Amino acid sequence: MVIKMKRAGEGTVIFEKKPSILSYAAVVGKKEGDGPLGKYFDEIETDAYFGKPSWEKAESENLRRSVMHTLEKGNFKPEDMDFAISGDLLNQCISSGYALRGLKIPFFGVYGACSTMAESLLLGSLIISGGGAKNILCATSSHFCSAEKQFRTPLEYGGQRTPNAQWTVTGSGSAVISDAEGCPSIEAVTCGRIIDLGVTDIGNMGAAMAPAFADTIKRHLNALQRDISYYDLILSGDLGIIGKSIARELLLKDGIDVGDKYDDCGAMIFDPNLQDTHAGGSGCGCAASVLCGYILPEMQKGNLKKVLFAATGALMSPTSTMQGESIPSISHAISIEA
Amino acid sequence: MLSKKEYAKIVKKHSGKSPIVKDTLRAFCVGGLICTIGQFFRNFYSAQGLNKELTGTATGITLIFIASMLTAIGVFDRIGKFAGAGTLVPITGFSNAVTSPAMEFKAEGFVPGAAAKIFTVAGPVIVYGTTSSVIAGLIYLIFIK
Repeated sequence: MVIKMKRAGEGTVIFEKKPSILSYAAVVGKKEGDGPLGKYFDEIETDAYFGKPSWEKAESENLRRSVMHTLEKGNFKPEDMDFAISGDLLNQCISSGYALRGLKIPFFGVYGACSTMAESLLLGSLIISGGGAKNILCATSSHFCSAEKQFRTPLEYGGQRTPNAQWTVTGSGSAVISDAEGCPSIEAVTCGRIIDLGVTDIGNMGAAMAPAFADTIKRHLNALQRDISYYDLILSGDLGIIGKSIARELLLKDGIDVGDKYDDCGAMIFDPNLQDTHAGGSGCGCAASVLCGYILPEMQKGNLKKVLFAATGALMSPTSTMQGESIPSISHAISIEA
Repeated sequence: MLSKKEYAKIVKKHSGKSPIVKDTLRAFCVGGLICTIGQFFRNFYSAQGLNKELTGTATGITLIFIASMLTAIGVFDRIGKFAGAGTLVPITGFSNAVTSPAMEFKAEGFVPGAAAKIFTVAGPVIVYGTTSSVIAGLIYLIFIK
């Protein structure tokens, strides 16, 4: 049997034969479409309900549409997929389960909170490299309204958001990874560790997740004996404006100066001054739609060569928060090459 | 690895603070305006010949109805975002706190959804409001009367 990957330590695996990302798509809501990256998405749905009777069904429909775009763009049929790996924020990952139930693709449901896109790509590339699959569909989604309903207060409740609060992205991203030749491709992956530095404020998720991101970046660079100059772009998932500046400081403390090579999907997707989104975007759909709508096409065009995509997730629930627990976080890194 | 204390300092340095002066001024103005509207209804009902107790009841009902209707048509949350405690503290806040979950959870049906979840936000106010009024009543009964 040909071994196509190598263990590099620190939870990092480097691929000798790189799984390619053959097709991808992002479908978002109106607010995301009005944002700075609006023109890059495959579809912008102006109806927050996506033509469905509830927020949960709307999110599931969003995910389904993004998957259909991805399959169509790559000329794939559902039966061409060996596996689908998908997850989301809703209890029991119902957006994924219901979105994919009609497609009859062998399914893995995963939960990595907002790091889910990176987690599904990571697991998918390991399966492909191990020879277990030819094509794998990776997907995730989030919806502002379903997330507010599950994690915060009812939508019409008249409260104020704190300046550090983030805005859950209504959006979904999906991609097909494959053992066929193609561009861009996944060159190495680092699995995140659960990091908790005691942040309890659910209105400041960027601060809770920044240490997990910094930890993964450090371990990734360490395992592969690289420095930041190797990459064109280091991209965190949804740390937002505040988490981004904290992450910068944390990395600098460890001698890693990310300089102008670092950005964050949550800080990119909205204009905080025009769109009243406070500290920026969040949610599984944030990192996924920015990656699948903007970053991957830019890589295919040759505008970006080496990107380290590290989506971040907060592993708390409303119950753990009410019980006074702090917010454990995780970040998985995917090194993508064009 | 940083200690939790050291990290809390870094978080504080980067995090934003709520604009307390602006929030307080807005709350004062909008809260005052709601009370003025309430007074208008009070005068109106009083002029219609209702006694003091009924005037209070009718005024409360009117304000609750208006806040609930504004919630239903999607306006109240915008006022609430602007006014903060200004809409939260008067009876309008209570009305919004009951109407908004009823709307939100209607998707799960009228019984297991709307009816079961209607007090998820306002429930604590009812529980502790009723309990404290019982305690206050007992104190009044035992020591004052």
